Amino acid sequence: MTNPPATTPPAKAAPPAQAAPATVPRLATDALTAWYGGVSGVRDVTLACRENTVTALIGPSGCGKSTLLRSLNRMHELVPGARVAGRVLLDGYDIYDTGINPVQVRRRIGMVFQRPTPFPTMTIAENVAAGLAVGPPIARAERDRVIEHSLRRAALWDEVKDRLHDSPMNLSGGQQQRLCVARTVAPEPEVILLDEPTASLDPAGTAHIEELVQELKREFTVVIVTHNLQQAGRVSDVTAFFYLGELIEVGPTSRMFTAPQKPQTEAYITGRFG
Amino acid sequence: MRGRLARRLIGSTMTGVTYGAAALAILPLAVIFIMLLVKGAGSLDLNFFIKSAVPVGELGGGFAHAIVGTLIIVGLACLIGVPIGVATGIFLAEFGGGRFGFTVRFVADVLNGVPSIVIGIFAWTWLVKPMGHFSALAGGFALGMILVPIVARTTEEMVRLVPNSLREAALALGYPRWRTSLQVVVRSVAAGIVTGCLVAVARVAGETAPLLFTALGNQFFSTRLLGPMAALPLQIYAYALGPYDEWHRQAWAGALVLIVLVLALSLIARAVVRAKRQHA
Repeated sequence: MTNPPATTPPAKAAPPAQAAPATVPRLATDALTAWYGGVSGVRDVTLACRENTVTALIGPSGCGKSTLLRSLNRMHELVPGARVAGRVLLDGYDIYDTGINPVQVRRRIGMVFQRPTPFPTMTIAENVAAGLAVGPPIARAERDRVIEHSLRRAALWDEVKDRLHDSPMNLSGGQQQRLCVARTVAPEPEVILLDEPTASLDPAGTAHIEELVQELKREFTVVIVTHNLQQAGRVSDVTAFFYLGELIEVGPTSRMFTAPQKPQTEAYITGRFG
Repeated sequence: MRGRLARRLIGSTMTGVTYGAAALAILPLAVIFIMLLVKGAGSLDLNFFIKSAVPVGELGGGFAHAIVGTLIIVGLACLIGVPIGVATGIFLAEFGGGRFGFTVRFVADVLNGVPSIVIGIFAWTWLVKPMGHFSALAGGFALGMILVPIVARTTEEMVRLVPNSLREAALALGYPRWRTSLQVVVRSVAAGIVTGCLVAVARVAGETAPLLFTALGNQFFSTRLLGPMAALPLQIYAYALGPYDEWHRQAWAGALVLIVLVLALSLIARAVVRAKRQHA
């Protein structure tokens, strides 16, 4: 992490960027429960994600993995009637603590969604810099440097370097999704959340994004929700299996796929139910 | 074989009926436009556009005072009505889920149905009577009041069209709610909002009743906002009811100019949408 913490630190102590000791996981949850009105989407989840790892959340539809992901960057509470209990710890500091501004949290935990959503009225360059517009003021030259760096990290620079001021709507789905990744990494968040990022892409686009995830983990901590078991096996270091709102089992990906300990995990992984 | 023929016949007949209904719908506009062209185009000359009313019996008068008056009053109406209407529409679409939003929406719908002469009386009571004189300002205010609920509803419809995924993408970047609404959501439907405004303006440009006791009308060329001012619909009304043929001629011409103005605004609205769509 090379960035200073957010310029308007929360009322409670701001998590210092470099001071987190190696034993504190970058992102962790503690007995996290998230409700939609009266129904709980995910219950009592305690999970830890170490720095520079990729954690995959897998499970059948409706198991709560997306709900959990959205609780990690305080997007869940935007749904009317939604509620969260428990803690989510970024470098050991609870992001749900009173006095913490959710807008600031979302600048440190970025998210890429299932469908690519470039902003249609902005150019490609403006899209990448969109996250910078809400951060500290930045000089023009520095902004251009960040745009190029982010597009390179998203493996999109070579394809768009000649049309930075064109509309992003002419890009392919895979390119648009990589643009969204570039947009997410530009403000240098600490964690990147990916919500089924390849669900709407063709195999070539999917392959690009999966390569990207491996690159991204060198600088960020990544949590990815995926419906695709093979994808989880390919890209992640740690896999967490969810079923009906509960965390059933979590462990290193290689072990989860070869020697799962819970029967439900084994049943899901061997395809007995989907 | 007979079944197939009957099916084809019924199909063709129904298609024909729908085409006929569409033609019937366009017919009134076509007839009005042609009639105005025939009756009014002959009276359009340079004098019509640059001279104001002249005493009866003299020739060479025009509607300049009315045309400029309409432009000023409609301009005032836009200044008053468009910002309030657009802001209300954005509010309703972005934050209008609760009871307050429901109330605002209901009131806007009711206001949309209030007869324009009632709006005129309202403006008379609250502006003309206290000020002690008729004014273009009161006329602009009355027209602005008619604009607000129309623009609010069309703006709300446009902003609602923005997919939620776009809002979520901005929020996930750490955009606060207000910035998401203004910089991301509204920007993406700006063309549609402008179109809605233009269509609403085209509608109020032709309103006569609210101007009857607010702007009143004026025989002379005036740009004073605090005094009575001429307007196209008012002038057409006055001249059409008069006994002189010269006045009737000019009334036809005035009506033609008014409908061309409305048509021009609507065409510009469509052009804006097409340009934005191609640009994107």
